[in-house]
Amino acid sequence: MKVPGPLKELTHYRSAVFGLLIIGSLIALAIFTVVTIPYDEAIQRWRAGEEMWGDYPRNAVPDWFTLFAGNKLPKTLILSSLDGSVRKESQAVADDMRTADMKFTFDYTSDGFPSELNLFLTGKSAQKKPLATMIWKTPDGRTIPLGDVTVGVAERFAISTDQRLSLKLDGRAPEVGLFAQPGTTAKGMTPVVQKGKYELLVEGLTFEKDSTLDAKLVVYGQAYGWAGTDHRRRDILLALLWGTPIALAFGFLAAVGSTLTTFAIAAIGAWFGGWVDATIQRLTEINSVLPTLPILILVGTFYTRNIWVILGIVIALGIFSLGIKTYRSMFIQVKEMPYIEAAHAYGAGNLRIVFQYMMPKIAPVLIPSFVTLIPSFVFLEASLALLGLGDPLLPTWGKVINEAYTNGALYKGMYYWVLEPAALLMLTGLGFAVVGFALDRIFNPRLREL
Amino acid sequence: MPANTPSPNNGTLLSIQNLHTWFELRKWGFGRAGYVRAVDGVNFDLGYGEAIAFVGESGCGKSTLAKTMLGIHRPTKGDVIFQGKKLNAFSSQEMQWYHSQVGYVQQDPYGALPPFMNVHRILSEPLLINKVADKDEREQRIRDVMTEVKMTPPDDFLQKFPHMLSGGQQQRVVIARSMIMRPKLIVADEPVSMLDASVRVEILMLLRALQQSHNLAVSYITHDLSTVRYFSERIFVMYAARIVETAPVDDLLREHLHPYTQALMLAIPDPDAKNALTLKEVPPGEPPSLINPPPGCRFHPRCPHVIKGLCDTQEPPAFEPRPKHFVECWLYK
Repeated sequence: MKVPGPLKELTHYRSAVFGLLIIGSLIALAIFTVVTIPYDEAIQRWRAGEEMWGDYPRNAVPDWFTLFAGNKLPKTLILSSLDGSVRKESQAVADDMRTADMKFTFDYTSDGFPSELNLFLTGKSAQKKPLATMIWKTPDGRTIPLGDVTVGVAERFAISTDQRLSLKLDGRAPEVGLFAQPGTTAKGMTPVVQKGKYELLVEGLTFEKDSTLDAKLVVYGQAYGWAGTDHRRRDILLALLWGTPIALAFGFLAAVGSTLTTFAIAAIGAWFGGWVDATIQRLTEINSVLPTLPILILVGTFYTRNIWVILGIVIALGIFSLGIKTYRSMFIQVKEMPYIEAAHAYGAGNLRIVFQYMMPKIAPVLIPSFVTLIPSFVFLEASLALLGLGDPLLPTWGKVINEAYTNGALYKGMYYWVLEPAALLMLTGLGFAVVGFALDRIFNPRLREL
Repeated sequence: MPANTPSPNNGTLLSIQNLHTWFELRKWGFGRAGYVRAVDGVNFDLGYGEAIAFVGESGCGKSTLAKTMLGIHRPTKGDVIFQGKKLNAFSSQEMQWYHSQVGYVQQDPYGALPPFMNVHRILSEPLLINKVADKDEREQRIRDVMTEVKMTPPDDFLQKFPHMLSGGQQQRVVIARSMIMRPKLIVADEPVSMLDASVRVEILMLLRALQQSHNLAVSYITHDLSTVRYFSERIFVMYAARIVETAPVDDLLREHLHPYTQALMLAIPDPDAKNALTLKEVPPGEPPSLINPPPGCRFHPRCPHVIKGLCDTQEPPAFEPRPKHFVECWLYK
């Protein structure tokens, strides 16, 4: 059989095997993503705010940075009275008035400071809101009062942004000042972490019979997950994962939509000739002077940024692309071949001749260019997203780069934010390009000598 | 009825009447610059089971005539009449039927077979197009026809692609494909000119055998007079888009009346050592342009026997100087 020949031959090229491995793993990743994180859930999580991502550190580097950074990147610590990791002690003080004391104790062993410190308080009361007083105890025995707060339904006691506390700590940010060795926080000095057992004491008072008070302490780290987090505390991995099926689907559909239709239209024009051919040629020429990117920007700005509408427009603009001229010149040659004449003589209809006799003859030429075209559409999607015309709902690679760019990731040294999606884009391009080149050499043997 | 059409003995299958096939020449893409008159006034009748041969040099219109008979080109003027019905009046359904009744064997067997189909698929195509729906019947027909063209056992060949076959085998597949719809007429356009001399006779014998066993009419087109005798009952000599001489094969080979036929016969190589050093006499000049053919007899600028004032002004009608032997030449008026 002839058909599996080229595929078998691909394995003779080491580069093609490498490319196939890349494509294969991207496809596997895409399938894995779609199966494990449903579409709706992905969108909902990506668009959620603090209520979803509150416990995640902001702008954290990926976990594997710790391999290079030593012990300087702490992980996030979460202690809560709600899940039982902290005991709550309650004693009656007077009628309906009870204490609710919680002691958050943890060992801090990292050489780096935490990135943020938050205490989340939740209370239940009818009229008289519970009161909480916070006291910080360091390993060397100092106690630092953090203030008090009346707790409504849910209260965020943002220790990190407390200006008055900061003044008490030599002007250092609280998450630094509270964890530094005494004497290293003065101006001009480099604060050094004091390792050891820390304690946060929450002394609560409830004033009603059924009133409750609970607390959760989050000591945010500097590293999180495989891919780190962004400025909205979101796990970038989610966007990288979901970007894969979207990028592949976009690239593949755009390539299929524009090349196959282009191919078929070129064949139809060449076979029927006359006004059909003339119309196709004029449409191609008109289309070739239409600027694709500005049209997409116009649509994105004034109509919609939905990725599937953009895909439709990319395909529509790609149908009458200049490839028609190239394919047509080949089809005009094929059209005059004796086997076409024979098919006509035994009664094959026009469409059968076009689709079953002319197109298979040229198809081998189409395949390599089709494969190399896929990443170019993936890049187009990323370019659009970078221009701020990415899909408003979906997380894509391009949108990650766009958000990194608008938040000055490179100026702030958050290289991972840009490099991770960029690496995936490059990997996609590399995989398809390498396979495309190998296919080109297989289908056009004359290129082999070059 | 035109004059040069002796009635076939057993009924007329195909009748060509005053057939003109012209191709338009364009100027600037839309203006009309004239016509190439590839077939310009041809008449003949072809009987059931009859084998005829067209001979003539390259560019005389033989292949265009064949393609017009096959329905690939539409006649500009005149008619192709198949079993008493005009081709021009056929509906598209009748045309489909007509295509199944006429087989086509081409010159270049490799070019005539789609390179991306295997033999099985190639032979299935005409059956599928003509809606032979039953799969078993299709398989049976494919096997039968493979046996008929002596490609046995069929299973050795059905899965092969054209490039895996030899030239002779390819031509057998082409013949099988033209036979698979059980046609009444085969148009063979130079079927052996691209084959090795060793397989030419085999292929011609095969065609002859099929013609006789299936009572096929065959229209054999060639520029090679030496192969005509194997095959046909009548010969049509074409020159510059017209049939200039018609006769049963033995009569014509014995006695050639038209000056062009005489020149053509002289050009047949004669393997005699005496000829090594002598030059053969050939008519001077070249065949005329079909865009603007000469007035009167089209051969007159090259003819050694030209009659001034007659040959160069009036077109010769067909004369019948011997029984069943027609010639368009003023010498026989």
